[in-house]
Amino acid sequence: MFDNLSDRFETIFKRMRGRGRMGEAEVDEVLREIRVALLEADVNFKVVKNLVARIKEQCVGAQLSASLSPAQQVIKIVHQELVNALGGENLKITYASKPPTVVMLAGLQGSGKTTACGKLAKWFRSQGRNPILIGCDLQRPAAVEQLRVLGGQAGVPVFSEPTDPESVAHAGLEEARRLGKDVVIVDTAGRLHVDEELMDEARRISAAVSPKYTFLVVDAMTGQDAVNVAESFHATLAIDGVILSKLDGDSRGGAALSVKEVIGRPIAFASVGEKLGDFEAFHPDRMAGRILGMGDVLTLIEKAEQAYDQDEAAAAAEKLQKGSFTLEDFLEQMQQVKKMGPIQNLVGMLPGIPKELKNAEIDEKEIGRIEAIIRSMTPEERREPQIMNGSRRLRVAQGSGTTTNEVNQLLKQFKDMQKMMRMFGKGGGGGKGRPRVPSFG
Amino acid sequence: MEIVLGLLAVLVVSGLVAAFIAARPRRRNAELEPPSAPPLPPKAENGSAPAAPKPAKARRPQIPSEEELARQAAEVVAEAEAVLAGAREAPVIEPEPGEAPAALKPRFRDRIGKARGLLAGYLGSVRSRTKIDDESWEELEEALIRADVGITATTALLDQLRAQVKAEGIQTSEALVDALKDNLKKRLSIADRTLRIEPGQPNVWLFVGVNGVGKTTTIGKVGHLQIAEGRTVIMAAGDTFRAAAAEQLELWSKRVGATLVRGNEGGDPGAVVFDAVERAAARQTDLVLADTAGRLHTKVNLMEELKKVRRVADKPPGKVTEVLLVIDATTGQNGLVQAKQFTEAVEVTGVVLTKLDGTAKGGIVLAIQNDLGIPIKLVGLGETADDLVPFDPDEFIDALFA
Repeated sequence: MFDNLSDRFETIFKRMRGRGRMGEAEVDEVLREIRVALLEADVNFKVVKNLVARIKEQCVGAQLSASLSPAQQVIKIVHQELVNALGGENLKITYASKPPTVVMLAGLQGSGKTTACGKLAKWFRSQGRNPILIGCDLQRPAAVEQLRVLGGQAGVPVFSEPTDPESVAHAGLEEARRLGKDVVIVDTAGRLHVDEELMDEARRISAAVSPKYTFLVVDAMTGQDAVNVAESFHATLAIDGVILSKLDGDSRGGAALSVKEVIGRPIAFASVGEKLGDFEAFHPDRMAGRILGMGDVLTLIEKAEQAYDQDEAAAAAEKLQKGSFTLEDFLEQMQQVKKMGPIQNLVGMLPGIPKELKNAEIDEKEIGRIEAIIRSMTPEERREPQIMNGSRRLRVAQGSGTTTNEVNQLLKQFKDMQKMMRMFGKGGGGGKGRPRVPSFG
Repeated sequence: MEIVLGLLAVLVVSGLVAAFIAARPRRRNAELEPPSAPPLPPKAENGSAPAAPKPAKARRPQIPSEEELARQAAEVVAEAEAVLAGAREAPVIEPEPGEAPAALKPRFRDRIGKARGLLAGYLGSVRSRTKIDDESWEELEEALIRADVGITATTALLDQLRAQVKAEGIQTSEALVDALKDNLKKRLSIADRTLRIEPGQPNVWLFVGVNGVGKTTTIGKVGHLQIAEGRTVIMAAGDTFRAAAAEQLELWSKRVGATLVRGNEGGDPGAVVFDAVERAAARQTDLVLADTAGRLHTKVNLMEELKKVRRVADKPPGKVTEVLLVIDATTGQNGLVQAKQFTEAVEVTGVVLTKLDGTAKGGIVLAIQNDLGIPIKLVGLGETADDLVPFDPDEFIDALFA
């Protein structure tokens, strides 16, 4: 696979050292690589063609800047082009002046509609709304059951009855009015876009509830066919936005780009995990980075922003730079990091982390062991770990229910880390010495 | 700046934590092992009551009481009769093992026909060219990429084809397309596609895959086919995670006349599967079809859980004879990654390609069989129980290139 586009570019550009301008030949070679990268990411063939043409226009004759290597510069152009293609207007949810605001979800079988309904319900609740779920998927066995369970988890009522989808939609809307709900989320059966009968049914459901928003749910792992699906659904239902599901996998998600290009509607939400809360607004810049195979530093930064108290973070960082970061501080930082979600996910977002580390199993229980070790130390030992002699180590191991080996290992790694931190400190400002980050992480 | 600094701390801390943990993987595995063992009966101690030996805690949720079993059985029979009464005319239901596949064969071509349009258009225009030129090659490439074959595999295929054109002096576009088709068929044809059943023990077929590919539905259909071939089938509702997954499988089991073994939502899938195997052994049932929760191959803990389910299912009296990876035909290049990861975890023995009745071509299975040597065994072409048919490479390729 295509791990690092910038590495590939570097080799191409090595050959043109010394020249200040990209020639046609280099550009062509680079464009070929870009094309391969986009196709590997499942961006649709036609969409790739258009994109590459647009990128070419910008690359030919582009004046090379002093601060960026040619490779970085081209990546920047490509990245920007992808961001433009993915982004544009954002979908801002507004509510109907005469409630309820009806939202309908449609898509292929297995794209994740029912789960997305549950997540959307929770999201609306977090916005202070009062939603109701309507289960119009009477096709898949137990789909309504699933919706009921999800509704229960989200604390949202679910309406359905074993009649036919259109009647359920009608009755559900009535029920919503009766209960005074201000948002109605309609789940529909998965259907193939070539199934005329079912597409017609979707059209009738839509007519019955006249949704303010119709979302197409698209699996992030979808391949070239995403354009056909999006086109057909758009033609039938007039899609307002896209919900991209299963983004927590390792697919590069080129389908997002294909769909956006084909129907010109924004990607409104991204589903990023199995829990109901794993649902967030879509970020074109991150998606662009992902399609190009870069780390997801921006998400990390945002999570850090949410979890960290700014002053505390600044204080900790200062200590890090001065090399006066103690195990005490480490323990404190660990609590903050835990707030940001599973360590496994965080490590996955870090650029430049070796694969073995990324793929390492990280059990949150293990973190408890580290904590236990540190907590078994006296304050003095935490401040000055060098005083840890054999008998202290044994005591700590026994106190924390670990082995001296583990204690030794932790102490050694902490020492290495301190050394590394001092180097960062010398680098100044915390910016320079950071681990290698792709050009616009 | 604070954020960058804060990020730095995150990097450091999570890096340290990860390094600490990664350095001691052996211990982690060792810890994982004991609880992963199934609720095995303790060694039969002399005189201990035969009904009591199971650790009650692990078992209670999975095994219904006798009354419940009886009720369930009655329900199953009633439901099955009701459902099958309507479908009895359908030729597939008749339990004639030799007949069924043959009768199904033409369906593949019929069904996939719907999906032909696009690719056929491209190859049609290649064929209509009088001679092979750059545009022919471009169109071939486009056709393959659009079918999700993947740029790497496509490039390799076309390079090989170029060499062949030179060596064999292929001149016409007609011959070019045929050569490509033959090439693909040859690649696909070297594979054993039989679904393995060994006599004398409950055979366990494990169904795995990412979320939403159609595992539960596939089990329903496979159950239908196997019952039609005269085998007895137990379905194990090993997807204890997704809301109402067990209910979905239950409806299928009733529909096709299989017994269902299920546990509690959120319960241990290994225990459910083990119960199913034990039940199968006690009743001399031929086949246990074990459902598993959809999981992204990137979730390490969930993949560990899957390994455990496989180990448990493989404990005597059970034997895992098939591990079928279900892949959705709309899946793009990630399908290959999925296949790799699942194979590494649970030794996948075959692929079931679902939802091929749309416009998606499922070209990624070419790479899966080519690179990983995993044969495609079954193909899903629609919603009903008899829309699952044995994979036929010739028809698959013909349908794509018709």
